Amino acid sequence: MAQRNVIDDFTNPLRDPEDRRLPRIAGPCALVIFGVTGDLSRKKLMPAVYDLAHRGMLPPGFALVGFARRDWEDQDFAQQVHDSVKENARTPFREDVWEQLLEGIRFVSGTFESDDAFLKLKATLDELDNERGTGGNHAFYLSIPPSGFGPVMQQLRKHGLTEDHGDNWNRVVIEKPFGHDLQSARELDQVVSALFRPHEVFRIDHYLGKETVQNMLALRFANQMFEPLWNNHYVSHVQITMAEDIGIGSRAGYFDGIGITRDVMQNHLLQLLALAAMEEPTNFEAGQLRAEKTKVLAAAHVPVDYARSTARGQYAAGWQGGQEVAGYLQEQGVDPGSRTETFSAVRVDIDNRRWAGVPFYLRTAKRMPRRVTEVALNFKKPPHLPFAQTDTVELGTNALVMRIQPDEGVTLRFGAKVPGTQMEIREVSMDFGYGGSFTESSPEAYERLILDVLLGEPPLFPLQEEVELSWKILDPVLDYWASLPEQPEQYAAGTWGPKSAHDMIARDGFAWRRP
Amino acid sequence: MIIDLQNTSSREISAELTKARRGAGASGLVLTLIISTTDEHFDAAIEAARASATAHPSRVIVVTHVDDDQARLDAKIQVGDGLPGDLVVLRLHGPLQQHADSILLPILLPDSPTIAWWPNEGPDDLAADPIGQLADRRITDAAGCQDPQQALLNRARHHAAGDTDLTWTRLTRWRALLVAAVDQVQADVTAAKVVSAPDNAPATLLAAWLSVKLGVPVERVDGARVGVSEVRLTTTEGDIIIERPANGTANYSVPGQPPRKVALRRRPLTDLLTEELERMDPDEVFESTVAYLLASSERA
Repeated sequence: MAQRNVIDDFTNPLRDPEDRRLPRIAGPCALVIFGVTGDLSRKKLMPAVYDLAHRGMLPPGFALVGFARRDWEDQDFAQQVHDSVKENARTPFREDVWEQLLEGIRFVSGTFESDDAFLKLKATLDELDNERGTGGNHAFYLSIPPSGFGPVMQQLRKHGLTEDHGDNWNRVVIEKPFGHDLQSARELDQVVSALFRPHEVFRIDHYLGKETVQNMLALRFANQMFEPLWNNHYVSHVQITMAEDIGIGSRAGYFDGIGITRDVMQNHLLQLLALAAMEEPTNFEAGQLRAEKTKVLAAAHVPVDYARSTARGQYAAGWQGGQEVAGYLQEQGVDPGSRTETFSAVRVDIDNRRWAGVPFYLRTAKRMPRRVTEVALNFKKPPHLPFAQTDTVELGTNALVMRIQPDEGVTLRFGAKVPGTQMEIREVSMDFGYGGSFTESSPEAYERLILDVLLGEPPLFPLQEEVELSWKILDPVLDYWASLPEQPEQYAAGTWGPKSAHDMIARDGFAWRRP
Repeated sequence: MIIDLQNTSSREISAELTKARRGAGASGLVLTLIISTTDEHFDAAIEAARASATAHPSRVIVVTHVDDDQARLDAKIQVGDGLPGDLVVLRLHGPLQQHADSILLPILLPDSPTIAWWPNEGPDDLAADPIGQLADRRITDAAGCQDPQQALLNRARHHAAGDTDLTWTRLTRWRALLVAAVDQVQADVTAAKVVSAPDNAPATLLAAWLSVKLGVPVERVDGARVGVSEVRLTTTEGDIIIERPANGTANYSVPGQPPRKVALRRRPLTDLLTEELERMDPDEVFESTVAYLLASSERA
């Protein structure tokens, strides 16, 4: 499992499993970021690297190499890292930490096609291996569109940048989307796996940090009181929502033709579904966890009458939170005849003993009233209510809501008596927030990911098999939508989606929660 | 919101806290931190507790003593105003000092851990102390005592699971670097040397830890700089040297690799306290280290 320092049988006498104060520090290595001038890199990656250094998690001799087209020298890049750290890092800026990082910062300018650039990258890494002692340990972070994966992989291979000397490692990080259907996902995988073995590939879905995954696992499996209810005896249906309040902004080029289902439902929502619905893994090793997620994804499907079990929409012009906003078809760069959906709702059934008869409703959209991601288990009504009917008119359904963002936490909804002489029962909420009970700034998803990559910890992020299973669930829906002649139904920006989505869930006797 | 209570009782403090909390709307406090201090160190302790409360929202109770013939309790409660938890300052007059536990018990947070912290002088036998008895974890700071070395030994003699000392916390970063260095070198350590300011308590602990773990004699050398300034581990492959010429940055060198700089500063009190509050389980490595320290001092 851990590939770290298993060169021989040497055991470090200073290391002690009881010694839990000691952070795990990765061995010396270089992190190479492709597409380092992008937004993500500036807002998330570089601050995360600094935060790790600040927490003392980075090895002495760590090197950060930026690769991008821009005509920069090392110091220009260092300046950009410096600025983005100051602006976006979670931990306070400290000169001594910065100094440690600065020594290992390099920049290579060039395009993915340029042999010169990759020769220079090779020379830079060789120099770092000697000067900083990074020992041939390299992590390649592809913060670039998937179309760039092929050329980069070819160049890495051509210039021998991923050579194996037996005691070094090479790893690669790729970002979603992992393809746009089953076919393309497989092709993408072939490109990456030609050069890297499965345990060397880290796929990150940046919405779903490892922290979130582990929070969900802890809630479900560290407690006795929830798991007994976690099945079709008590749960009537599950709603998984990921709503964004923004539109597509300047991403028309990427988004149009792709749509929200491919963009987030295939990865993020189906991962949440897998985590919420899977059986208990034998332990929390990545392999065991993956086995359970794979099982539940393999058992999931969208009921075949797609007209009744799915809904899609496009935001129309409207008022969103007090601001007048354009409709999707009016956004710059979008074809007015576009049939790309910005709202997607899908019912997923899971064919196993635990979940038979419990529909999972997945919904995700742009231009919703507010930004929220949550998984809500809605419970059945009590079999008998020993109250007069008028006492319980305001009693809704009991619910257990795992709030993912913002304000990660758990909400329980249940009925309570309204104070007073009358017997009247009303729905109330009991809230728990991670931010309130634990450290205010828990590590960012990227911090965890980069650390895992450097340590060679097996990722909790999906392997290729899960990616393919997710496409298998959604491909039929996407094909069905593609076969429809009309454009998706319009919904006013700043509302909770089109009428067809409300009708879809109402047919089953439920209603969408207002998250 | 600040509430001043003169000549009060635990019941009144409790009632005021409940009322104030409801107004502030906050919830989810995870622990009670009792700070037993004197007026002299009051401000530094409060500041550290406030800062670490951002990481661990807590009810902080500061206990100080006032010389007086009469037993009397004064309290000041602070809730809200950017404070992540509650802050209760108790002034115990006269003989009330002996009954601190009776005042504290009713105002501890239900069901969650209690941590007691003596930022300077504290009792030798923590677990037997009235305040210490209330706590799941007891934090001392030998460096804040008159005779730090002696304080370490005294506490070691009475060590109970859950006792910890900030001199140990000050070493975490040093220890992490040493562990990482040995990981890289992958060679047996044959000798060790610790250079520090004369009579430095963390250095004593560090040397004891190295002796326990490595089973080799550890040489102590007095240096001119503050705190621990250098650790050298001699291995069959060469020397591992971590040397801190000035506060902030250290030189890190291991055999077969170029020397490098690493950030290594003396950590502020807030950092130390935050690290201590992270774990509630007994620290067995610390326990075995102080046990070794005690055994070797008794031999000497």
